[in-house]
Amino acid sequence: MKRMTRLTSTLLAGVLLAFPALSSELRIGLNDDADVLDPAQSRTFVGRIVYTAMCDKLVDISQDMKIVPQLATEWAWSEGGKVLTMKLRQGVKFHDETPFNAEAVVYTIQRNMTLPESRRKSELSSVEKVEASGEYEVKFTLKSPDVTLLAQLSDRAGAIVSPKAAKELGANFGSHPVCAGPFKFVERIQQDRIVLEKFADYWDKDKVLVDKVTYLPIPDTTVKLANLRSGDLDIAERISPSDAESVKNDPALTYADVIGPGYMAMYVNIANGARADNPLGKDKRLRQAFSLAIDREAISQIVFEGTAMAGNQPFPPSSPWFDKDIPVPARDIEKAKQLMKEAGHETLDIELQHANNTTQTQMMQVIQSMVAEAGFNVTLKATEFATLLDEQTRGNYQISRSDWSGRIDPDGNIHQFITCKGGINDVKYCNPEVDKLLNEARTSTDEAVRKHNYDAAAAILNDDMPIIYLGHQPYAYAISKKVSGFAPSPDGMIRLLGVAKK
Amino acid sequence: MPVYIGKRLLVAIPTLLIISIFVFSLQKLLPGDPILAMAGEERDPATLEFLRAKYHLNDPIILQYFAWLGGILVGDFGISLRTNQPVLELIGQKLPVTIQLAVMAMFFAMVIGIPIGILAAVKKNTWIDYVANIVALTGLSIPNFWLGIMLILLVSVKLGWLPASGYESIFVDPVRSLQTMVMPAFVLGNALAATLMRHTRSAMVGVMSADYIRTARAKGLSPREIILSHSFRNALLPVVTLLALLFGELLAGAVLTEQIFTIPGFGKMTVDAVFNRDYAVVQGIVLCTAVGFILMNLLADVAYVLLNPRLRATL
Amino acid sequence: MTAVDQSLPVPVKREQSRAWRKMKRNRSALFGLCIVAFFALLALAAPLLPIPDPVATSWSAIRKAPSAAHWLGTDDLGRDILARMIWGARASLMAGVFSVAIAVCIGVPFGLVAGYFGGWVDMVISRVTEALLAMPFLIMAIALAAFLGPSLTNAMIAIGVSATPLFIRLSRGQVLAVKTEDYVEGARAVGLNHVEIMTRYILPNIVAPIIVQATLTIATAIIAEASLSFLGLGQQPPSPSWGSMLNVAKNFLSQAPWMAMWPGAAIFLVVIGFNLLGDGLRDALDPREA
Repeated sequence: MKRMTRLTSTLLAGVLLAFPALSSELRIGLNDDADVLDPAQSRTFVGRIVYTAMCDKLVDISQDMKIVPQLATEWAWSEGGKVLTMKLRQGVKFHDETPFNAEAVVYTIQRNMTLPESRRKSELSSVEKVEASGEYEVKFTLKSPDVTLLAQLSDRAGAIVSPKAAKELGANFGSHPVCAGPFKFVERIQQDRIVLEKFADYWDKDKVLVDKVTYLPIPDTTVKLANLRSGDLDIAERISPSDAESVKNDPALTYADVIGPGYMAMYVNIANGARADNPLGKDKRLRQAFSLAIDREAISQIVFEGTAMAGNQPFPPSSPWFDKDIPVPARDIEKAKQLMKEAGHETLDIELQHANNTTQTQMMQVIQSMVAEAGFNVTLKATEFATLLDEQTRGNYQISRSDWSGRIDPDGNIHQFITCKGGINDVKYCNPEVDKLLNEARTSTDEAVRKHNYDAAAAILNDDMPIIYLGHQPYAYAISKKVSGFAPSPDGMIRLLGVAKK
Repeated sequence: MPVYIGKRLLVAIPTLLIISIFVFSLQKLLPGDPILAMAGEERDPATLEFLRAKYHLNDPIILQYFAWLGGILVGDFGISLRTNQPVLELIGQKLPVTIQLAVMAMFFAMVIGIPIGILAAVKKNTWIDYVANIVALTGLSIPNFWLGIMLILLVSVKLGWLPASGYESIFVDPVRSLQTMVMPAFVLGNALAATLMRHTRSAMVGVMSADYIRTARAKGLSPREIILSHSFRNALLPVVTLLALLFGELLAGAVLTEQIFTIPGFGKMTVDAVFNRDYAVVQGIVLCTAVGFILMNLLADVAYVLLNPRLRATL
Repeated sequence: MTAVDQSLPVPVKREQSRAWRKMKRNRSALFGLCIVAFFALLALAAPLLPIPDPVATSWSAIRKAPSAAHWLGTDDLGRDILARMIWGARASLMAGVFSVAIAVCIGVPFGLVAGYFGGWVDMVISRVTEALLAMPFLIMAIALAAFLGPSLTNAMIAIGVSATPLFIRLSRGQVLAVKTEDYVEGARAVGLNHVEIMTRYILPNIVAPIIVQATLTIATAIIAEASLSFLGLGQQPPSPSWGSMLNVAKNFLSQAPWMAMWPGAAIFLVVIGFNLLGDGLRDALDPREA
């Protein structure tokens, strides 16, 4: 009897070893809890991470930030960039087994454009109409040429949902999202977990090597790492830079990081209401002095342990869109003081608002002490993020510090912040020349023309300096050695195809 | 008795109304535009306007208040701005978590507090009493959240004995559920243990000097019998009422404890909702806690009357 | 006037000296007093002490363990933790004392009025107090602090307002016990007005339990300030408070545990000091035990 049991258990163990995927669950620690799980309504970064596993998009982004096929297999621009035709993948099913076709794409895009609660309207604002030009072909007709549309379709705006489920649930789709990604929705308990399981009929199912994915929001970095070390987590996202060293030294863990497409910046109130009426808002020399007083490399070292990338433009120095003629400036206190003097100031009092999380607070204190040497007396005002956004929109600030998560198309990092009518132009900077350059860049399909225009705009902005760019945030991961096949994506998403767990 | 309870409930109505006004005005008090926070990077004016209208944020405040109150009377607490889930459903999801935490914390408090309290009373003015007092004061004076992070550092990070965070329902995986809850419950319970201990001690001291104990002693009953059968039962009275009252404190204490141990309960939901300006959720939670507090108070009073035969006769 | 005073001796003076004698015999209360006095002195003397500037950053000394140069180590920006602890004592003690002062200054008058006049005034004040008491202290403080905007002053106001109902209830109850006493009746009989009766005959006789409660509430308020700062709603950078130091420290727990240890220990000591002192005062002022 005893032998028998032993035999069975050996056999069982053998089976388990031979088929590690039998019941493998991947547990991923997220920095924050996602909001509503409807691609049309969602707005959080962590929400996007979940969609990466749950909802396939028309196109995806490759490791080298190129747009690659996903649900659309090929596409072409025509009529001077005003029409985009996409061929769709065949034999794809949604999680509710309804078939994926042109009709579903048209329905989803229209839903994103017309659902009153939709947060995708700006992203799709250039679309005049979308129609099925075949069972597996869709045609986007644009109001005016917009090459950034493909980039939008690589994110939530292009995540195709099951029309049947969306019609049934309406604005409540987030309670049980049905998409066509490798994993399907099982359950969600707010602030606790989001559970997905392998979708058996996924079109690329051979690459799905885990059976279940659980996302756990754990904001505290120490707690997150403790969970990783104890085996309660397999991947931890956005770990604190200060933990990088200990993760690298841990034989059971792997460390990985990548510079994201976003930027960290300080927005100077140029013309947004009464509070813009101050020397800093009026005199670009003072802004230049402020910028010169900052040691960007030191910030990356002190606050990010060298994992961030110093920068001075909306695109990281590693990006092809970065203007190499304007290198990241070294700190120059003398020149800063001289600029101050030219502008007629020995010292200047400034209030700087920032979000009250610890990394921001640490960073702003570093900057505060750096610019003090040039004569800037900075008062820090830490506010909660909700208030920060509100104050920034209403113009109730002198300098406001916030991050942009970044877009794959350069347009998404600059156009809406700095053009006269830009949706997020909270500094209210308005320069017709910049407008012209950026609008042109948006419509041209010629990369050389675009590059020329972005460089020209960068030069003007670097002089006027309504936005003081500081650098580019890293996405750092700690991964259990049991996990194989994971590579950090430059957009900070967690792509799970090909990821397995021992 | 029913008359007494009925009267008490009637008195609670104006209190509840005042609470509802407080709770509701939170919405107007908190700075920041929730719609802007919700919309995130989308700034399409029509969408913002639609969302404002959808959540009735454009209506006069008085109308908003009555609409909200009317909803609550029929069990509609509104929906979360952040996740679109009905607030009542959220509360239903979170309440069991916090109740489990509270019950386990209460367990720790009783197991630590009551025996030490009795011991201190019996050994009044000896070194045992002094040590017990110091232990109690320590419990009262240690900041909860500090104790929490220190325990995580020691027990989870350094020793790796217990998980640092998380939650599992006790019905799904009881072992893991207890594992994840032990530390937070201890952190939450230790302050109560101190309060409980001090009350137990003073109640016991009071009872032991009473005449009937002296009589019992004179009759030759053993000290153990006296303590267990006579003194303790009578000292229990104030302790029981205290337990009910402490429950409110537990709920408040859970705010930080849950934040530190990332437990998806009431407290964590409250803090997150305040920071996200998720008004309906904040209002729903505060209202529920307040009602819970009032009910526990009532329960305490009823228990007091029921346990005290002399009072019972007067009703 | 003098005749009234003589005929109605208010038994306060004698009480005080007796209490002080009892207090002096209570060793743990004296110990508590010593702790509180020690930290209060540190806080007051902070500008005079030979310590580094608490906000002076040093990029070459980031997160250094305790050493001869920095007795308690340095923080994430290379600032001296000892200096920050001492200056932080200011913030924490101030938060404790001022917020309780706010609570006493609002709460006691309301309690006096409610208890003294009774009737519908009492009814209204009591209901509102009950309603406020039903809302968890910390949740209310968090909401208020978020409403007022994060700063130390606002945290003090938030804590003070949240603690107010405690003092309304306490002083109201005390007034009810005192107002039927002979000397109050006497004062009324000789035709003193309400304000005079309340301030000269009732208040002095209910002051003892209020002092005890205030001392104990300071302990709670210090923890509350630390909690708010811990959530980012209290003292703002770069100025230190123990709670905000802990808030930062929690990100560096494994790399720099000393950043979290000292502020926590300091909060613990001060709070235990106030608790011991409060206990001692209660025993000393308790009229039941001679």
